[in-house]
Amino acid sequence: MTSPFLLDHSITKRFLSLPLPASDTRIQAEYIWIGGSGEDLRSKTKTLDSLPSSVGEYPEWNYDGSSTAQAPGHNSEVIIIPRAVFRDPFRGGDNVLVMTDTYDNKGVPLPTNTRHPANVIFDKVLDHKPWFGLEQEYTIFGFDAHPYGWPKGGFPAPQGPYYCGVGADRAFGRDIVEAHYKACLYAGVNISGINAEVMPGQWEYQVGPCEGISIGDHMWVSRYIMHRIAEMFGVVVSFHPKPIQGDWNGAGCHTNFSTKEMREEGGIQAIYAAIDKLSKKHQEHINVYGKHNELRLTGKHETAPITEFRAGVADRGASIRIPSQAAREGKGYFEDRRPASNVDPYVVAAKLVETICLC
Amino acid sequence: MSALSPFLLDRSVTDKFLSLDLKDDPRIQAEYIWIGGSGEDIRSKTRTLDALPSKVEEYPEWNYDGSSTGQAPGHNSEVIMIARAVFKDPFRGGNNVLVMTDTYDNRGKALPTNTRAPAVKIFDQAKDEKPWFGIEQEYTIFGFDGHPYGWPKGGFPAPQGPYYCGVGADRAFGRDLVEAHYKACLYAGVKISGINAEVMPGQWEYQVGPCEGVSIGDHMWISRYIMHRVAEMFGVVVSFHPKPIQGDWNGAGCHTNFSTQAMRDEGGMKAIITAVEKLGKKHKEHIDVYGKHNELRLTGKHETAPISSFRYGVADRGASIRIPTQAEKDGKGYFEDRRPASNIDPYVVASKIVDTVCLWDGK
Repeated sequence: MTSPFLLDHSITKRFLSLPLPASDTRIQAEYIWIGGSGEDLRSKTKTLDSLPSSVGEYPEWNYDGSSTAQAPGHNSEVIIIPRAVFRDPFRGGDNVLVMTDTYDNKGVPLPTNTRHPANVIFDKVLDHKPWFGLEQEYTIFGFDAHPYGWPKGGFPAPQGPYYCGVGADRAFGRDIVEAHYKACLYAGVNISGINAEVMPGQWEYQVGPCEGISIGDHMWVSRYIMHRIAEMFGVVVSFHPKPIQGDWNGAGCHTNFSTKEMREEGGIQAIYAAIDKLSKKHQEHINVYGKHNELRLTGKHETAPITEFRAGVADRGASIRIPSQAAREGKGYFEDRRPASNVDPYVVAAKLVETICLC
Repeated sequence: MSALSPFLLDRSVTDKFLSLDLKDDPRIQAEYIWIGGSGEDIRSKTRTLDALPSKVEEYPEWNYDGSSTGQAPGHNSEVIMIARAVFKDPFRGGNNVLVMTDTYDNRGKALPTNTRAPAVKIFDQAKDEKPWFGIEQEYTIFGFDGHPYGWPKGGFPAPQGPYYCGVGADRAFGRDLVEAHYKACLYAGVKISGINAEVMPGQWEYQVGPCEGVSIGDHMWISRYIMHRVAEMFGVVVSFHPKPIQGDWNGAGCHTNFSTQAMRDEGGMKAIITAVEKLGKKHKEHIDVYGKHNELRLTGKHETAPISSFRYGVADRGASIRIPTQAEKDGKGYFEDRRPASNIDPYVVASKIVDTVCLWDGK
């Protein structure tokens, strides 16, 4: 169920805890980027002479794009530019994780660089102060590619007891969830909570509220941390939106959104205006809300069908849900329930802002 | 057979002894390291010194039984080791040290396998050019069962694609070894500049540099020694073979990045091109010292140039020599010789490049 290729981490720890003398200020910086599929995360490490004091001081770097389907072999260098820095929960000390985005050697953003166009959009709406909270659902799989906790070659008892459940027969893989939560807090990721989900072996964590482009940086680093932690446990985390066919929940990335106007007195008007705009661009949004989402948005399992747009207060079968509290207080935020677990948060966040603030 | 050695002892028992406090006793343990008779095998033994010497020259000469390492006949077996570079010992901690040495017969003549001594002569002649090296050491982790680490028993993993710089239990195998080695090298004082997962699953890379002159060899050999010791502790084996698995699987190289002061200065691109053209004229001579079995790796596929042809280009990973895009933009910098295999002797390769580029007029 877990990988047979795990090495004894207590040996690693003895080396990781070797102290460097005060005169040795070197740090290890893990540069992270999104690969050619738009979903695969890649990283490599660079020793820096000392810890830079701001993201702008981190050096540009490059990697072999021909190995990640992002460049041809005869002209393979892809430039990575640091955009956000987090503390490294794996190496500790002053070591860092550096989220980057990707450019060709003429400085043109790669086609797979979704951060760059998102940033252009966010720069136009700074005064709206758009906030995002994303609910990242995911499924843990064993090394044998079976959902973690599911009996070998079979299925568990039907959904019901697992959502927010406790007990060895209801919650599978909590160690991964706990390790990830703390690692994210340590790293400086704005992780706001976790819960066990409806399908056994499925969990959710939330990131936010983050303003503007930072939602993408925090989300991608939170996913990187998740994959690394799962790697250490010898299991695999999947962000596929419908990992198992049948009467089993899919996985989403519900996106909670508000502008300054929505958060202020009377903001509910701005919320309804936003929803009205979204209703007119349903298909455009669905197109960037994640591959294979049609397997998940069926109208069952707390989703709205992919072809329909519907909004409602406290309605989990709707495309957009307005929280009861927002309806009561006349201000707040709304929840777009359409995005799948495998969305690119840069894309989804920028799309919402574009439709709501710029149209 | 499992992927890990069944002969690992309980490290917590070792640790209770390693952490015994010697208090005011100034004695230290010095691990003397040398290259054995094959030119690839690393050997070592320890001696207690009364106190920590303050520089490398103060370390005593020592000797070993060369008839046991293919380096001397039994009737006249003493091989002298002379201390050349000192590093902190990441295994014993405290003031204990690793000492890189080179080897001489009992008349003081460098052994035929001593590649450091002739390299020093070459570097001495070129020291005004301040030659810098950065070497990208690729390697493959093998289980104790002789199968690449992470590969399914008796079979092959999914094709290359997801593994380069990858994350996840299904893409990265043996990261603990990589992390332990990285930190151990930093602690030891090795100039390790980075790491990454490589294209073949179970294959990784670390980089050493920039180091000037002969120190690249000292740092590289110590980094390999540390790698073998760390792998030994985990119960796996690291291979520096350049083509460990035949078929559509990448080989392992030791891409060697090189520059002189002239190349690093304004307008240095001219010096780079001159150097690369000289290397083109001595392709076969270089290939001869760029690692055994390299013909299995330099096929023209898997991001290599074919062993029989020489080509250079900007950002071209299919070339023998790649000039980085940044160097082209800046008009100065360094170049990357992609021909050396993972099992090269860095003393030999570094001095060969300097010999051709700095000490030969090109005619």
